[in-house]
Amino acid sequence: MSLLAAFDIGSSGLSAQAMRLNVTASNIANAESVSGPDGRPYRARQVEFSALMKPGSPGSGVAVSSIVESDAPLRMEYRPGHPKANASGYVEMPNVNPVEEMVNMISASRSYQMNIEAMNVSRQLMLKTLDLGR
Amino acid sequence: MNAVPQYDPLSFGENALKLRTFRQQILGNNLANSDTPGFKARDIRFADVLKAQMEGTLPSTEVSMTTTHAGHIAGNITKDDPRLLYRVPNQPAKDGNTVDSDVELSEFTKNSVMTEAALGFLSGTLRGRMSAITGQPS
Repeated sequence: MSLLAAFDIGSSGLSAQAMRLNVTASNIANAESVSGPDGRPYRARQVEFSALMKPGSPGSGVAVSSIVESDAPLRMEYRPGHPKANASGYVEMPNVNPVEEMVNMISASRSYQMNIEAMNVSRQLMLKTLDLGR
Repeated sequence: MNAVPQYDPLSFGENALKLRTFRQQILGNNLANSDTPGFKARDIRFADVLKAQMEGTLPSTEVSMTTTHAGHIAGNITKDDPRLLYRVPNQPAKDGNTVDSDVELSEFTKNSVMTEAALGFLSGTLRGRMSAITGQPS
């Protein structure tokens, strides 16, 4: 059933975008975390999307293939009194870029809405198909 | 010879509906992959594919090699669906993604309206046949 496949594709898009929103929320929440479980400052994370392909089908949605940590240099902040300050008084802060995170968040929420829209339409069409011949 | 090809309305409606839902799946997949780097938006040329399907001239997706010796292996390969084409992007993105959400969403909406139309035609045909069988106007 092609329309049922449209539901699976839509839901794969929803979960991928939801994971992107989660990662963005984690980045924003940890924008000031000077140390994580490993004692190092938090590094911004990004999701990597990849298209799911099955032979003989036009495509079967999207998946998060991996979550990568940003290689951007850590932000150095001058705080001589801080316990984590180095010899010259600088503290390594997370490399989270708030502007990038906000843009990512808006883009993810728009894509999420779009997938919901597509699923809603497919649902209506399916209900109409069930009424065929009445 | 007829200028307009005459098809059986039931099988035509069925084929049109199948193809519409297939296209719905393609466009939904484009929308789901609107943020996937390197993803190329795809689509079908609806009228051409429907015509080919009605006339049975759709190219096969199976490719096999001829075996001329007992030790040969036929080696069946499934080709990419020949009906699927690539969308020409009007604003290519830097990450290689060619999904334009506005275009895809409007095509998606158009396709769903057309699906409803196909459903309406099929429904009318079925109702007509039912009233011919029962003798009751529906």
